[in-house]
Amino acid sequence: MRKDEFWEGVRGGFPIMLAASPFGALFGALAVDNGFTIADTVFMSATVYAGASQMVGIELFGNHVQPWLVVLSVFAVNFRHVLYSASIAKYIRHFTPIQKFFAFFLLVDPQYAETEKRGERGLPVTFPWYLGFGLVIYFPWIFNTLLGAIFGQMIGDPKAIGLDVLLPIYFLGLVMGFRKRDRFLPIVAVSAVASVAGMHFVGSPWHVSIGALAGVLLAACLPPVETVAAPPVAIEKEA
Amino acid sequence: MDPQHLNLIYLIIAAAVATFVTRIGGYVLITQMKQIPPRLEAALNAVPAAVLTTLVAPAFVYGGFDVAVSMFVAFAIALGLNLSTLRMLVIGWVVVMLLRHLVL
Repeated sequence: MRKDEFWEGVRGGFPIMLAASPFGALFGALAVDNGFTIADTVFMSATVYAGASQMVGIELFGNHVQPWLVVLSVFAVNFRHVLYSASIAKYIRHFTPIQKFFAFFLLVDPQYAETEKRGERGLPVTFPWYLGFGLVIYFPWIFNTLLGAIFGQMIGDPKAIGLDVLLPIYFLGLVMGFRKRDRFLPIVAVSAVASVAGMHFVGSPWHVSIGALAGVLLAACLPPVETVAAPPVAIEKEA
Repeated sequence: MDPQHLNLIYLIIAAAVATFVTRIGGYVLITQMKQIPPRLEAALNAVPAAVLTTLVAPAFVYGGFDVAVSMFVAFAIALGLNLSTLRMLVIGWVVVMLLRHLVL
């Protein structure tokens, strides 16, 4: 019974794992390009386990941004998880404390989406199911990171094979993933202008904090949006 | 291990802890707080797009002609056809490789 649930989770997570694999390899290659060793790269995938924020981390580290700002940016990019764990709280209340620890560690976007879907349909969210779904994504993520890192170390000039363009486009894709949110355009416009101005007048890495702060302040200052039809949590795409 | 490398290890551990805090934070908060003030919620909602934009806009402006063109083409096609991030990456990569090795 419990074993069946585990394998049901594994089957559910399998396509997600396939979709996330190129990103794991990409992270590995780019991390090595940004000054990480292969071991650092694998260590980061195994401990942080949040693709988008890992990309942000290596980008800022490669640009010699102060460590506290790197950690703060990782925190900011991962902030959506607060909404996830609040939202699935009702379905995993019966987990033991140790099970909860693992459950929260593995709480990536698709894990959240699938747990929410399952709970809403009235299907039981058991720990074996949750673990099966999570681990079939987690371990290949680490393995693909390793493959990418080994590949990255063999590359001489990353520009010659177009690696340098991938991070900005990846981040652009992530930004576009938020376009259904309230006030998306004004926030992005203000953050874009402020970050370019910050880069020009103050210099890297301050453009990150200056641009982000400008967008967030704008969102806080604009009058609250009246039509609250949106679901409490927007599900972004990446693992 | 040299101290600079050790600092990177600490940085990764700090990033891992920060990530874990976001993943457990909502569960802890929901048992404490009944409602989030609307302006705070709007500000929190804006955080990811605002942060990520600061990594895109300067690269577009200062990254050079080839990077700007490939970013724009990838953006326009992905938006028009509603493509996934992975396809968008492939398009941008193809454009930049064409520009670097065939055109410029």
